[in-house]
Amino acid sequence: MPPTDLAVEARGLTKRYGPTVALDGVDLAVPRGTVHGLLGPNGAGKTTTVRILTTLTRLDEGRATVAGHDVKTSARLVRRAIGLTGQQTAVDDLLTARQNLTMFGRLFRLDKRSAARRADELLEQFSLTDAANRAPKKFSGGMRRRLDLAASMILAPQVLFLDEPTTGLDPAGRREVWHAIRQLAAQGTTVLLTTHYLDEADQLCDRISVVDHGRNLVEDTPAGLKRRIGDERLELTVADLGDLDQAVELVQRATELVADTTPGSSTLSVPVPDGVRALTDVASEIRAAGLDLADIALRRPTLDEAFLQLTGDQAVLTGPTEETS
Amino acid sequence: MSTTSTQPLAAPDETPGSRLLWVFKDTWTIVMQEFMHLLRQPSTFAWQLGMPVVMVLMFVYVFGSAMDVTGMGAGVGYIDYAMPGMFAMTIAFGFMNTAFPVAFNKEKGFMDRFRSMPMSSSAVVTGRGVADIIQAAVDLAVIVGIALAIGWRPAGPVTDTLAAFGLLLWLRFALIFVGIWIGLRVKNTEGAGNLFAIAFPLGFISSVFAPPQMMPGWLGTVAAWNPVSSTASAIRELFQTPGVDLATSTYWIEGHAIAGALIWPVLLLVVFVPLAVRQFQNLSR
Repeated sequence: MPPTDLAVEARGLTKRYGPTVALDGVDLAVPRGTVHGLLGPNGAGKTTTVRILTTLTRLDEGRATVAGHDVKTSARLVRRAIGLTGQQTAVDDLLTARQNLTMFGRLFRLDKRSAARRADELLEQFSLTDAANRAPKKFSGGMRRRLDLAASMILAPQVLFLDEPTTGLDPAGRREVWHAIRQLAAQGTTVLLTTHYLDEADQLCDRISVVDHGRNLVEDTPAGLKRRIGDERLELTVADLGDLDQAVELVQRATELVADTTPGSSTLSVPVPDGVRALTDVASEIRAAGLDLADIALRRPTLDEAFLQLTGDQAVLTGPTEETS
Repeated sequence: MSTTSTQPLAAPDETPGSRLLWVFKDTWTIVMQEFMHLLRQPSTFAWQLGMPVVMVLMFVYVFGSAMDVTGMGAGVGYIDYAMPGMFAMTIAFGFMNTAFPVAFNKEKGFMDRFRSMPMSSSAVVTGRGVADIIQAAVDLAVIVGIALAIGWRPAGPVTDTLAAFGLLLWLRFALIFVGIWIGLRVKNTEGAGNLFAIAFPLGFISSVFAPPQMMPGWLGTVAAWNPVSSTASAIRELFQTPGVDLATSTYWIEGHAIAGALIWPVLLLVVFVPLAVRQFQNLSR
């Protein structure tokens, strides 16, 4: 196995289900110790990609190595190097949290004492010690997911795969799980996660691959993705709708740009290359003119906007498709 | 992070020799998981047994007094006739006890987790099988206990009685693979729950509660050739149930009940082991 600094390397992943093309040549390169996000709408091929990389689904074409092992020819070695937290929380609701981790430890071939010790370590690491002897049936969504994460961390895997780790969780649960993922990343675990929550990718990932219809659209850092969608926007709301035309005129005088307005709305919006300068220039024009403002702000584009811009055209053309699993 | 683990934790290397050992060890872990379920939620076990227990009481006390299946008069000897049938039916319905958890594990992502782990993949199936056989033996012990309490007695020698229970577990063994195949095939646990609609006629159109001779011609033939009937008839023969004379039966298969009880499970295995294996492999499609 040649040493490589890539924890996950995939070239041209292709997967068909009958006439449906789930993956149409997905490429991935995830350096060791980084958190990589696979971002895309339902049906984009995120889950299929994860299933191929975790040896659950056979690959039709292409090549993939995880932790240096080929997923096709060395599935067993791959399984020893990875952890998987699937879309479903796969913990046994009838066993206690500790019994769950001990059982998985035994199945990971730890001896009885190591399995018990590892269970206690993980309970502490994921702040579940107090709940160790309770059944996960009565846990909150966030706690169940943390136990699920703990179960995939038994062997301290080199690469951790998380398929929509926070789907269905309430905001508190999401924060708990994010915290746990950040801790794992800080320890050096390589993480590949899928999500359709853009803020989640923004919060957790070093790099993001946007996929749609089984293809890579773009790969970049969260900041880079936002840059791609363009400049910051200056948004200005006048107190009196009648002043809007005058405001547009003042903005144009200050920035030499024509602002967008929506009929009936007292807010105008204009993309500005240099946000801070535009804001101060516009503000002084407005003050000089004595206009009453309800609000003025600089807004960075959200990942949602970046995402819609990147996937939007195609989504409109072909419509949404079912997530294949 | 509060703890640093004493690394490295690593799954030991596998050699061809140790692989078989690991199948056993992993199987044992899964079996223990199943038993911890029973310990932590005994009510599941009670519910599973509830159905056959209610049937015993209903057929013996509600319908039994009107039943004359042996030509000895209404109600006479019905306990002796119906009890072996109950044993066979409890065993036959057992395939649902396999199918349901398999469907559950698939639906809840357990199957995926196991398959992404470096454990032996056959242990997922063998563990299920071993746990199911043990549970079937326990179910059977409870039903037999009830049967003894209401007056049923095997009349044959002890070895025949033991052979009868052996035949019952042999049928259950074959049904494990039927259960696994169905459990993997249905979409979710709801689909597995609907199996009752299939299981019910399969259980009842048999010699479990009434001799096929007493049914309309074609139905009697279907009932006599039902694998459950062969097992029920065979164990009646071994228990030496009074009034049951299989040698003079109108159905050839009834005259060869013990052979039927041995061979039907073989046929089930021949058909359903490959189907179950293929279905399991299809998980990675």
